[in-house]
Amino acid sequence: MSPLRAKSKAAVERKELQKAPTGIDGLDQITGGGLPRGRPTLICGGPGCGKTLMSMEFLVKGATLFDEPGVHIAFEETPEELAQNVASLGFDVAGLVRDKKLYFDHIKIDANEVEETGDFDLEGLFIRIGLAIDSVNAKRIVLDTIETLFAGLTNEAILRSELIRLFRWLKDRGVTAIVTGERGEGQLTRQGMEEYVSDCVILLDHRVTDQLSTRRLRIVKYRGTTHGTNEYPFLIQETGVSVLPITSIGLKHDASSERVSTGVPRLDTMLEGKGYYRGTSILVSGQAGTGKTTFAARFAEAACQRGEKCVYFAFEESERQIVRNMRSVGIDLDTWIKRGLLHVFASRPTFSGLEAHLVSMHKHINDLKPRIVVVDPLSNFMAVGSALEANSLLIRLIDFLKSEQITGFFTDLTAGHGIKEQTEVQVSSIIDTWIQLRSIELAGERNRAIYILKSRGMEHSNQIREVRFSDKGIELIDVYIGPEGVLTGAMRASQEAKERALALELVQAQQRKQLAIEAKRKAIEGQIRALESEFESLKLESEMVNVQAVDQAYIVSESRKDMGRRRGIDVEMKDTNGRGAKAQRGKS
Amino acid sequence: MNKAIKKSNVLKPEVWEIEAAEANSGKWDLRLYVAGQSPKSISAFNNLKRLCEEHLEGKYKIEVIDLVKNPALAREHQIVAIPTLVKRIPVPLRKIIGDLSDTEKTLVGLQLREAK
Repeated sequence: MSPLRAKSKAAVERKELQKAPTGIDGLDQITGGGLPRGRPTLICGGPGCGKTLMSMEFLVKGATLFDEPGVHIAFEETPEELAQNVASLGFDVAGLVRDKKLYFDHIKIDANEVEETGDFDLEGLFIRIGLAIDSVNAKRIVLDTIETLFAGLTNEAILRSELIRLFRWLKDRGVTAIVTGERGEGQLTRQGMEEYVSDCVILLDHRVTDQLSTRRLRIVKYRGTTHGTNEYPFLIQETGVSVLPITSIGLKHDASSERVSTGVPRLDTMLEGKGYYRGTSILVSGQAGTGKTTFAARFAEAACQRGEKCVYFAFEESERQIVRNMRSVGIDLDTWIKRGLLHVFASRPTFSGLEAHLVSMHKHINDLKPRIVVVDPLSNFMAVGSALEANSLLIRLIDFLKSEQITGFFTDLTAGHGIKEQTEVQVSSIIDTWIQLRSIELAGERNRAIYILKSRGMEHSNQIREVRFSDKGIELIDVYIGPEGVLTGAMRASQEAKERALALELVQAQQRKQLAIEAKRKAIEGQIRALESEFESLKLESEMVNVQAVDQAYIVSESRKDMGRRRGIDVEMKDTNGRGAKAQRGKS
Repeated sequence: MNKAIKKSNVLKPEVWEIEAAEANSGKWDLRLYVAGQSPKSISAFNNLKRLCEEHLEGKYKIEVIDLVKNPALAREHQIVAIPTLVKRIPVPLRKIIGDLSDTEKTLVGLQLREAK
């Protein structure tokens, strides 16, 4: 609430029109701070559009949040009826009346017991309102629905001039007024008068398209100030009215460089080993049964494990169903739901209109302030509105998440076969990280594969990985890429076995070769040994030859000596004799 | 102010019964709600007085209530327009709004004459 207050304060400083904050979610944003202070505002619309509730919330919030007591003048419902009606929104009207913060008056004119005879004025009404304002020192007043007077009184000319005087008078008294009006033919109110005397006109609408109703709000005029001009969807919920200012967001959101893990280690490695960027939007698309929800649930679980709050919007399965199914793949969501970190909101997309969905999602996100938001799946919104509407809804949702720095995780069901690099709701261009899951049909079986189609601002892997779910969680496996293409599942396994056999064969062949070489080497070694022994024997032989020669020479010399002795020569005898003895010893 | 609130008690149910007894006596109880001495209020009073003298001589009682002096009565008696004439007795209760310048309508409103 404080930014709104700050805003209205700034307006005062700039001597602009002063505004009275309504305290209604989103309405103060569209009106730039609230309703014109001290002036009348018309809230008009058809029956059941929420006029009375909105004006009542204006009073209650004024009394409780802004210390501005209020007066409610009802022309249709009695104070008791009103109190009952708004008690469902948690407004303690009776308590506020006791504390003199609110004052109720019920003005009833029964046409059956009234006769008009000549000139009159509405001084009685003025006196009653004046008394009501004085009794609680009111700063706000609601007249609901003033045109009822026209049903009770017939002199329209008098009524008109008197009501114009009433508006003037309220302005002079400086109370911020809301006048409600029923929508008339071709004009905003039946009398066509209130819209001219009011400084601000808010039109409420309750439209039904394709059997789905959506409440919308539009500011038709606001004198002296700028305001949002679009139709804004709004919701009436347990806590009051919330309006969704959808187009007020420019492309100004921060870009965080913080990373969030995907919850799957191998997927993190595919994203630079760190995962997604915080505050970005992630889309996982794929055909039926490719495991989108499992990835979403794992991402949510990982966030909870880090202690981050996560909101999971489920549009296909109930909370219990998701919890049960995810348990089968080792993802335990129940723990986190019990600890209050994970909040699952399951609803059928056809439960309400697109806008209503968006508003309620906003509301939940604003209330819980999560770091992670999962929407599973986006494509179901197509069942509710047209493609264009669904697209604009998602862009608004994504913009909102980005402005809050919430990481958004969306799943998208791709219809039919083949890969469409375009989502059903055509949000692909505003998605930052897009992961495609596909099923690969090969050899009579279906396997899941994952790849990253794009991931802005990071160097992501371009590889296709096979995804396998087990009770241990999500596992990413390299696929076999060979001459036969990408193989997965059993074919990958058989290919791997084939490769293993081939490898074994190679090893065996090598071993055989080794053995052969060894044998050959041994043979050669044998040969070498044979040659060596031959060489040895030759050497011996040659030595023997030498010895024989010496011996022969000795014998010759001996015989010569002998002959010499016999002839009588004895000079050189000793020397030759010694040598000859030596040689003879070595030989033996 | 206090006196005015006391006066207002005459519309409370238990008092009604006494009033009803009075009604049987045939006396008309009329109340004229005005806001200060405005020309419309004065002419309404004069018109009422004249009509009563003509049609209800001696059988009526007019009480003039000034809401400027007793604003709380406006809420209590469900008065919006000024001047408003309230015929309390005889029953049923009727409210006649305006300065009573339209005599015909006033008489019809007071059920002194059948509507044409």
